[in-house]
Formats: sequence, structure tokens, C-alpha cells
Amino acid sequence: MIKRLVSSILFVSGLTCCVFAHAQLRVEISGVGSTQIPIAIASFADENLAPQQVSAIIKADLDRSGYFKIIDTGTAMSETSDINYADWKARGAFDLVVGSVQRLADGRYDVRYRLLDIGRQTQLSGFALTDIADHTRLTAHKIADDIYQKLTGIPGDFSTRLSYVTKSGGEYKLQVADSDGENVHDALRSIAPIISPSWSPDGTKVAYVSFENRKPIVYVQDLVTKERTVVANYKGSNSAPAWSPDSSKLAVALTLSGSTQIYSVNANGGGLQRLTNSGGIDTEPRFSPDGQSIYFTSDRSGGPQIYKMSAGGGSAQRITFKGDWNTTPRISPDGKTLAYISRRDGQYQLYAFDLTNSQELRLSDSGDAEAPSFSPNGRYIMYATKSGGRGTLAVVSIDGSVKHQLTTQMGEIREPTWGPFMK
Amino acid sequence: MRHIPALALVVASTVLFAGCSSTKLEEKPPVQEQPVAPAVVDHSHDVQTVVAPAQKDDLLTNPALANRSVYFDFDSYVVREDGKPVVEAHGKYLSNHKDRKILIQGNTDERGGSEYNLALGQKRAEAVRKALTVMGVSDSQLEAVSFGKEKPKATGHDEAAWSQNRRADLVY
Repeated sequence: MIKRLVSSILFVSGLTCCVFAHAQLRVEISGVGSTQIPIAIASFADENLAPQQVSAIIKADLDRSGYFKIIDTGTAMSETSDINYADWKARGAFDLVVGSVQRLADGRYDVRYRLLDIGRQTQLSGFALTDIADHTRLTAHKIADDIYQKLTGIPGDFSTRLSYVTKSGGEYKLQVADSDGENVHDALRSIAPIISPSWSPDGTKVAYVSFENRKPIVYVQDLVTKERTVVANYKGSNSAPAWSPDSSKLAVALTLSGSTQIYSVNANGGGLQRLTNSGGIDTEPRFSPDGQSIYFTSDRSGGPQIYKMSAGGGSAQRITFKGDWNTTPRISPDGKTLAYISRRDGQYQLYAFDLTNSQELRLSDSGDAEAPSFSPNGRYIMYATKSGGRGTLAVVSIDGSVKHQLTTQMGEIREPTWGPFMK
Repeated sequence: MRHIPALALVVASTVLFAGCSSTKLEEKPPVQEQPVAPAVVDHSHDVQTVVAPAQKDDLLTNPALANRSVYFDFDSYVVREDGKPVVEAHGKYLSNHKDRKILIQGNTDERGGSEYNLALGQKRAEAVRKALTVMGVSDSQLEAVSFGKEKPKATGHDEAAWSQNRRADLVY
């Protein structure tokens, strides 16, 4: 009996060690929105019953977003507590969040929440979510999403996920984490490099390039079943996967013709079709949100520039003209903003280009920006950068005001991709 | 005196022969009229000789083939003078060894994004592939691929490191 107890303690401490080794990314906020909504967030009644503190996760999400000023309440308030609106008004709060956590007989947790408008003394939103203990963080992110949407009019994307590649020692990992860098899972571990992760539109699969077989090959991995499918392994290099919005196809860069050109393949392999026909480099394809066009990088005019063509291939229209080195096009979810990396005076910077009026805005300042990725609500761009010589991830709002960084305790972090909204 | 060793040899061989069989020399062995089952022979002590293929490579021994990297200038995709002897040595070897296939892995320095660097590394691999083809190496022996900036030989962040990383590796 004692022996059994000891071994179970060892097991538990082993688990703790692994969870710690998987530790989340550290968030550093360095810029906020020009206007911030003052919001009081109470501790949820009995929230210590759940594995994670729901109100703390909601506060961290809204704080990181840059558009809220968090007012601490000091006390726990449930969704049934009496509200002294005059008191909250005096403390400067425009809105108040209250709620509770209950452990159900089947082990799941029931989380209830209400969002109150202090000025109008009315409820703006509220609901109850019941989920397993492992999903407590997800529940909190969903509540933060709802608050963000009700108060800013833009869907919150705190409940979405990130994928990125870490390199530590000689090991590469393709990891998936919550949008706040917590809840990290390894999707792939390898001694060979991994680049260009790309989420399927439904958020259950990731396409990526792995060099495990001495050359770049494009795989699609089902995150749930961990089944891997080789979608492009043609002679030469296979890279730059991008999903079509209907999930049926991937645009990829292949070197069958001797130079890097864009092709499309079926998402389950096969169905090869060539889309570009230049003698030079055509790569980094991205479908427009409506699936009608593909943005890509081409050196057909000399240095690399961003072009746009029909999703079926054919003639292309040049999009970028400022700067002699523009790569890595990423199109916003509304199709109106193009993010890309531009080399100016030897510095690699993130730019946002407004396709409706051709205005460009520099969003990075460190000079080694790479791999931009829009958040699913289009309000932020995540990109890879360096901090103290090590790879880190930076997030910036598309107006440049909100900034934060995600860093790991050790090793490099690179190739970020922000996942889609999920059901 | 001269006869003694010869006689001794005859005697010795007779004794030896006699020791092998109890059949007297004058007696003929019995003639088999009927086919019989072949004798069961125990081969467990046999030793057969394998001749290792004379390391079909001179890959390990030929100093001309020891160098497997071709270096490139910044923003250049042309094989430099110092890379030509490397290409020629491997081209000659591959022309004479049609069964050998190689991967030519192009590489770049760390500046810029991973995918565009992959395409630039491909241009370096392709330059070496074409040079080998010109020397008569069959296309089926060659595969030009790229590692972009993912496999640096030198890990520094200065020109000294970058110049080591702008290269194509010949991988057998």
C-alpha cells in the first residue's frame, strides 16, 4: 500500500515536471490601444474549485488585447450577487464582469458569467458553459471572446490557437498553444528542421514542411489523430503550403521545372496542377479569403515583390512597388490588408499595406521580422523576431499601437501561425 | 644420399594414403550398378569467401572527392572558380559510377524569411546540378533540393559565418 502510494506520488511529480518543462510562453506587453475601456472583473464565486482561475485568465486576455483597462474588484461576485451600480460608476468602471464556478457530479465544471453595463444598469451578455476540467482555460477564453465582442464589436480570438516551431539543442518541435501561449502541446518532434506551418481552415490539421528525409517535403498532420499525409514529395524541393479556404486544395512551391514555381495539389495528395510559369522564383502562395485569388512572392521583375493572380493560375498583377525586396504576403481575413516583410536599408521589417488606398504602415521596429500571420479577427499580426539574439514571437495590432511579445525560457521560437476560429 | 629424401617422401605418402582408407591399393572400388541416395554431407564447418566490392566508392579514399561543398558569393547563384574543381571531381566520379545518385542541397545565409531563402538555396543547388549535367552526369543521378537557411554550417551572425552558409552540399 505504501509502495503504491510512493509510486503514485512519483508519477504525479513526474507529471508536474513535464507540465513545467512544457511551460507556457512568457507574455510581455509593451504597447496599448489609444482608447481603453475601463472594465471591472470580479473573482468568480468558488473559482478555486477549478484547475485554473477563470477570472485571472479573462483579465490577462483583455489586458493583453490592449483595448481594456482592468479594474480590480478585490472581492468575488457571482452572477446572482446584488450590484451597487453607483459604487462601480464611482470607481470608473464602464462595465462589470461577475460569475461563478461549480463542480458537477460528473466531474465537469459549470461556469456562469454576466457582463453588466454600469451606466445603463443592464446586462449586456451572459451565459453558462459546462466542460471538462481540461477545458477550463478554453471556457475562460470563450468568456473573454464574448466580452471583447460585446464591447468592441469585433469577435474576440482569445480561444483560438497558435502553431509555431521551437528549436532547442538539436531538437525541433512543432507546437500548438492557446493564443496566450499557455496549454502547449507538441504536434511533432524531430531532429530535422520544420518550417511553414499552416492551419487548415477548420483548425484540426496543420500542413508544414519537414526536412526529416534530407529534403523539404510537405506533410498534412491531423492534430487529433496524429495521422500524417505526404501531400507533396516530388523530385526537388516541396514547400510553402497554403490551404484553399474550402480545404480541398493546397497551393505549394515545387521545383520540378528547375526553378521554384507554384502548383496546387489535393489536400489528401495527388491532383498536381501548375499555376505559375516564370523562369525565376514564384513562391509563398496565399489564397485570398474568398478563394478566388492567390497572392505570392516572385522575382520576375528582379528582386522579390508581391503579386496576385487568379487561383487557377495565369497572368499576375504586381501589388508592391515600394522597396526592392518584399516577401511573405499574408492577406487579412477581410481581404483588405496585405502584410509582408520588406527589406529597407538592410532591415527586415513588417509592413501592412492597405489594398483599398495603397497606404503602407511599418509595424515592426527590430529589423529582423519574419513570418507574419493575421489573428483570425484581423486586428493583430503575429510575427517572428529576435530578442537578445534569440527567436521570439511578437504581436502587434494592425494600427501599430498594441504590442506584446511571447518568449520561451530556452531555445528559439519561430515560424508562428495563428489558427482559425473553431466551431 | 640424394635418394633418401625422395624415398622418405614415398614412404610417408604411402603411409598417409594407407591411413585414409582400409582398402588395399590393388583392390578396385566396388562399381555401383544402382543409383543411391546422395551422401548426407555436413556443411556446417564450410567457410565460403565473400569479396567485398572494392569500395565502389573511391568516395572514402579519393581526396578529390573529400570536398563536398561548393561556396557562393552574396546574392550569387553562379559556381565560383574555387568550386569548379569540386564539381569536376564529383562529375567525373558520377559519370563513371552511373549507379550512384546524389542530393545537391542548396543553402543560404540566415537573412530573410525561410521560404524565400529556400527558393534562393534551390538556385544554388540547381547551378551545381547544371554544371554536373554539362559534365555528362545523367539527370537521373541528380536531385537538386534546398535547405534554405535551415542548415547553417557556421552558426555566427556575421559575414564570416554567412560566407560558410552560402553553399551547396553534395550528399551521397
